[in-house]
Amino acid sequence: MPKVTIDGRTIEVADGTTILQAARMIGPEVAPPTMCYHSKLKSSGGYCRTCLVEVTKGSEKDPRPMPKLMASCRTHVMDGMEVGNFTSTKVIEARKSVVEFLLLNHPLDCPICDQAGECQLQDLSYENGSAKTRTDFERRTFEKIDIGSKIQLHMTRCILCYRCVKVAEQITDGRVHGVFNRGDHSEISTYINQAIDNDFSGNMIDVCPVGALTDKTFRFKSRVWFTKPMQAHRNCDKCSGKVNLWYKGEEVLRVTGRKDQWGEVEEFICNTCRFDKKNTGDWTIEGPAHIHHHSVISANHYEVFTKPQEFKLNVVTPITIEEGSN
Amino acid sequence: MGRKLLLEHDHIPGIQGYDVYRKMGGYASVEKAVKTMTPEALVEEVKKSGLRGRGGAGFPTGMKWSFLAKPEGVARYLVCNADESEPGTFKDRYLMSRIPHLLIEGMITSSFALGVHTAYIYIRGEFYYILKILEKAIEEARTNGWLGKNILGSGYDLEIYVHVGAGAYICGEETALLESLEGKRGNPRIKPPFPAVAGLYGCPTVVNNVETIASVVSIVNFGGDEYAKIGIGRSTGTKLISASGHINKPGVYEIEMGITVEDFIYSDEYCGGILNGRKLKAVVAGGSSVPILPADKILTLANGEKRLMSYESLSDGGFVSGTMLGSGGFIVMDETTSIVENLFTFARFYHHESCGQCSPCREGTAWMEKILHKILDGKGTRDDIDLLLEIQAKIEGNTICPLGDAAAWPVASAIRHFRSEFEEYVKNPNEVYAEKQIDEVFQVPINY
Repeated sequence: MPKVTIDGRTIEVADGTTILQAARMIGPEVAPPTMCYHSKLKSSGGYCRTCLVEVTKGSEKDPRPMPKLMASCRTHVMDGMEVGNFTSTKVIEARKSVVEFLLLNHPLDCPICDQAGECQLQDLSYENGSAKTRTDFERRTFEKIDIGSKIQLHMTRCILCYRCVKVAEQITDGRVHGVFNRGDHSEISTYINQAIDNDFSGNMIDVCPVGALTDKTFRFKSRVWFTKPMQAHRNCDKCSGKVNLWYKGEEVLRVTGRKDQWGEVEEFICNTCRFDKKNTGDWTIEGPAHIHHHSVISANHYEVFTKPQEFKLNVVTPITIEEGSN
Repeated sequence: MGRKLLLEHDHIPGIQGYDVYRKMGGYASVEKAVKTMTPEALVEEVKKSGLRGRGGAGFPTGMKWSFLAKPEGVARYLVCNADESEPGTFKDRYLMSRIPHLLIEGMITSSFALGVHTAYIYIRGEFYYILKILEKAIEEARTNGWLGKNILGSGYDLEIYVHVGAGAYICGEETALLESLEGKRGNPRIKPPFPAVAGLYGCPTVVNNVETIASVVSIVNFGGDEYAKIGIGRSTGTKLISASGHINKPGVYEIEMGITVEDFIYSDEYCGGILNGRKLKAVVAGGSSVPILPADKILTLANGEKRLMSYESLSDGGFVSGTMLGSGGFIVMDETTSIVENLFTFARFYHHESCGQCSPCREGTAWMEKILHKILDGKGTRDDIDLLLEIQAKIEGNTICPLGDAAAWPVASAIRHFRSEFEEYVKNPNEVYAEKQIDEVFQVPINY
């Protein structure tokens, strides 16, 4: 079993583990940020370059450092490997510039974007980016394309992470969309404006790290930080039926898959659960969902609403509540 | 006269056809290889020859071949990279259209050495007319028993197919080429795994440049040791150089490695000096992606010796005062050339050809082009020059494939060696190049 040291912390992992996975096993304090990697999607990652790390020692056998920064999501660990992430100035610099590249053509329309508040690009740029832009060129924009009744595609915001393409390829039975054109003209689109219409297409919304793919049934209903996520489940013959319900008052505004600590979907859900079951009666409520990532909703106020006197931020174990008491 | 191996029979009429080619000693290497040698011995000969990949990176071919994984019961492939699209490089086009059988012969010999039964030639879309030439050559070779089942009664089978790309520079990168050959979008793969382990259709694959494969013919004919005697140091053999720019005799030349750069530019055998007797200003020695060098640095090394046409000598001094042999696209610029405009052309090319997969290259190449356009428009500032340097530094080494590096190096070297010229543009754009209206010159549609 190879041993790898990341930012001075050593861990023993199974063969074939990537640096990123090993870092996540150690904990969030050494885990590189990611945009295009998604643990549940095969062959994802490698594109965005935010998870670049410096390999200062290749392995026990070949201790030479790797000449270039490596994408940690696609580099396997070797025994004795030493990796610099937050401790490496080269990495910090490179990451800063990757953020700059990603934001170069991003519209920064967060005030009107539904993703704001749970946007991975927001988190990334807040943590790793610079406060000012160095470009005064007009940003790239795209015409809106109608891809069906459920999903809104807003290509201008896209960072080309390829996650939605991989969802369509690996989870749905027919991919009708993909990346068109080249370079900074690349865009996500469907084959001759076909509608994306299959049972699992909604997962594209969940895996989109930015606001390029949003839920048409939720658009402009509410800022996400005014909603309360509740874990719930139902018996579904297509998917696991394990979801998060996003409440505003008594109303379910939207249904999404559950996301793990790294903002990646745990189990993909079907479109019936996502779009058609918006009554509390359809679901068995389990309790408040904990939001891990660093945006506004992660204050997790809603988790402790039952007993105000015990009010604490970031309660790790969710308090179980009786069904219907929300 | 330097020794010629690849273009030896170039001047003979009818060499494009099988009969003349065979009469001039063609297909001898296949006979020798298939009848008298084992695949292992062939790989050993190529190793001994010291042949280095002619596509740009200069990786030793014999070593690449020996890395090829050979699992039982799994097909192996040889893919010839004929997607020559580097600005300034046109040697493969010349070779394939003039002596197509040399490539076919090399393919057969190399395939035998690697134990390959299906080989592909991936040719760029713009070379459609060469596709016809190659297919005719393959047909002739098959008719004469050099291809197909049981070649020369040895029991060895081989088929060669030509696949036409759709004209994307990125498909010259070997993994993008394989993706494209599989019928997918030509995006470079993330390495490892390398093609030698999992390449075409997930099988072990060797991808070699046209010139590399053609060179195997002479190696087999003369033997690896004999081949290694040609050239200098670790740069063995002959190299095709595509000479273009402000010279009297542009064209494809076969040189013995080790002649001086000065000879190559000024002697009548090769480029024949600078056009109209002007002075040499700068040279891009290996295709658009290698660093540009000013006249003094390309002719002499830092220690005062003359620079030679070889892998080592051209890269002497690192990127501070050296460049690379690359794919042999030798672009000569005289004193009237504007380095800034030249750089803009290159930057525009890389922006256009970036596949858009990874963010530094996708966004960075476009950004650099816009800044250069701004500078040429007379709206640049000194900060823009530094910003250019910074952007290229952030692209270099941080991308999936070498296209990012290729886009970054010209920018870095142009500013390193010709910074004053950029500053002139920034300081008084209207006086210095008042006569040039950039949009008229380039007719560039820029979508700001």
